[in-house]
Amino acid sequence: MSTHRITVEVNGAVYKRTVSPRLMLSDFIRHELHLTGTHVGCEHGVCGACTVQLDGDGVRSCLLFAVQADGSAIRTVEGMADGPELHPLQAAFSAAHALQCGFCTPGLLMTIESMLDELSTMTEPEIREALSGNICRCTGYQGIVEAVKATVDSRRKEGR
Amino acid sequence: MKPPDFDYVAPTSIADAITALGSDSEAKVLAGGQSLIPLLAFRLASPALLVDLARVDGLDHVTDEGDRLVIGAMTRQRGAERDPRLADRCPLLVEALRQVGHPQIRSRGTIGGSVAHADPAGELPGVVLALGGRVHVTGPAGERTIEAEELFQGFLSTAIADDEILTAVELPASGPRTGWSVVEISRRPGDYALCGALCQVEIGDSGSVVGAHLALIGVGDRPMRATAVEAAMLGGASPTEAAALAPEGLSPGSDVHASSDYRLHLATVTSRRALTQALERAV
Repeated sequence: MSTHRITVEVNGAVYKRTVSPRLMLSDFIRHELHLTGTHVGCEHGVCGACTVQLDGDGVRSCLLFAVQADGSAIRTVEGMADGPELHPLQAAFSAAHALQCGFCTPGLLMTIESMLDELSTMTEPEIREALSGNICRCTGYQGIVEAVKATVDSRRKEGR
Repeated sequence: MKPPDFDYVAPTSIADAITALGSDSEAKVLAGGQSLIPLLAFRLASPALLVDLARVDGLDHVTDEGDRLVIGAMTRQRGAERDPRLADRCPLLVEALRQVGHPQIRSRGTIGGSVAHADPAGELPGVVLALGGRVHVTGPAGERTIEAEELFQGFLSTAIADDEILTAVELPASGPRTGWSVVEISRRPGDYALCGALCQVEIGDSGSVVGAHLALIGVGDRPMRATAVEAAMLGGASPTEAAALAPEGLSPGSDVHASSDYRLHLATVTSRRALTQALERAV
């Protein structure tokens, strides 16, 4: 079967690799680029754990072949913190106890960060629905929703 | 599971895409992949070649042609959902898009892909059927259009031939005094609807209903047009009276999610709620 030469930018760094068409973007990120912050849960687009940002939009990296991402800019959870300094959303997750085992956390962070403008205008039921594509099986959603509300509130105070 | 092995091409013109599709009897078109890729992961499909339309020129557009809107097949659902022209000119489509899967699915999912996939519980096939839209397809013999009434032929089956590609979806633009509504019942947000009603009504100068369009999803092997309900609405029936006719002609299957009887009950409930909301919005 054919192989394809692709170029992608991930968290600002440019990578060139040769991939087989069947290689999922999630496996490309984890196994080829060794960025294991992106988690793989269900591998068929249900759980949201593998969510990354592709040209700014949250996408499921298990429902995308790496070859389709050729020429795109990707952001993963590794791109969020600035050295030891957590991203404000990550800090809000920590403060609100929005994670326990942490398996779903990278996907939730990527989803939420890609939707912050929309989330800032939403009611709590709307926030919960917007996050319904990411499944958490241990902590529960209360802390996650609180972290979202704290983040959009502080953005509002900063006039964003 | 990991998908089976396949070859992949990403042509940049529709002509090259048609040629590639015709080069292998086991070739499949890849649009947004949000339905096809899970089928590959489950090994329910094993195409020899995927023809990716993402780099084909001219398939990502929304064109306002006055009384019709033409939407390119590769227009991403998330982009269409946020397009103010569509919110203004085809609000039923935008409301339906918000109920397609989850935001991450809509980032990749396309208008054309969803229509061509023809899932019987899919919202976009329901919109095309309700509004009496049509699709533009191109094949080795050239271009043609297929009307909604002929398009959906059965479970995941359409009148689009294996060697043809859907290039655009055409919908009538909504006029003045038009109301719309999409009501779905599902176990969880983002799940396939157990039953859904997509409806648009138009009110005339006298205040009576002069246009009624209702499609039901999740209650058959394809989206179903509720013609008895539409006729009752045009005849002056109330939403409750008209919606009581929704089960007419339906024989949904029973599965782990819902029994046939429950789906028929939901057909009435979702129809009534959708008609009521659409009427409220029309005046």
